[in-house]
Amino acid sequence: MSQSFDKLLDARGLNCPMPLVNARKEIGKLEPGKVLKVIATDRGSVSDFQGWAKIAKSVELVAQETESVDGASVYVHYVKRTT
Amino acid sequence: MESSIQTKAGVDPTQVQALEEKVGALEKRLRGLEERAPEDRVSLIVFSGDLDRVLAAFVIATGAATMGQQVSMFFTFWGLSVLRKGRQLSGKTVFQKMMALMSPRSSQSLPVSKMNYFGVGAKMLRSMMKEKNVSSLENMISLARDLGVRMIACEMSRDVMGISESELVGGLECGGVATFLADSLKSRTSLFI
Repeated sequence: MSQSFDKLLDARGLNCPMPLVNARKEIGKLEPGKVLKVIATDRGSVSDFQGWAKIAKSVELVAQETESVDGASVYVHYVKRTT
Repeated sequence: MESSIQTKAGVDPTQVQALEEKVGALEKRLRGLEERAPEDRVSLIVFSGDLDRVLAAFVIATGAATMGQQVSMFFTFWGLSVLRKGRQLSGKTVFQKMMALMSPRSSQSLPVSKMNYFGVGAKMLRSMMKEKNVSSLENMISLARDLGVRMIACEMSRDVMGISESELVGGLECGGVATFLADSLKSRTSLFI
């Protein structure tokens, strides 16, 4: 599945809460309706992005994927700015 | 509402419309408030790895779950010891090895926060609890699982301390600060233990 996105954020190698904090910064720069793609290696980010979307009113989690790159898992999140 | 007002004679239609708009605005506000209202939920951060504190956490968790609350327990730093099932040294850095050797290998070997005396205090507390027919920590952990308590292991502290996934018991979720906060913000009670 290839999900369309407007901006890419590489948060690989970062640990909690940085993938989330950086994603928040980046999505603030986007127009409403645009999608941010975040790539992370933090396994906890999967549940964290779900929690963020559940609580924050201005973001929606469009999709999440787990990819395997060179034997290591990479977690991909697509977050949409709603308002 | 609309029809009942209009059937009465002498009602100004503009007044009716103004009233409808007010009701609509109030309904919208109410929906917003309902979305933000706390649920029947209790959230606990288990930071400590002391037997007595962890016991308190599990008494609250199992008690709350019994009372029909949704319970989330977020285990971080020393609290991760509670979820350990064994010790493994391979693949760890020197500091992580030292930490592993100096911290409890499972819930069975947790110290008490006071009067531990190299584990004698913890053994004493366990036997005193048994004497008084209080469930052991291990029983309470499995009870919490049976009651559907959500247990989350903090990914960041697990990574820092070098505790591998295979050293922890199964059936755990992993997450970070937003995972905890998503539950905590919807809770009536949140505790840091």
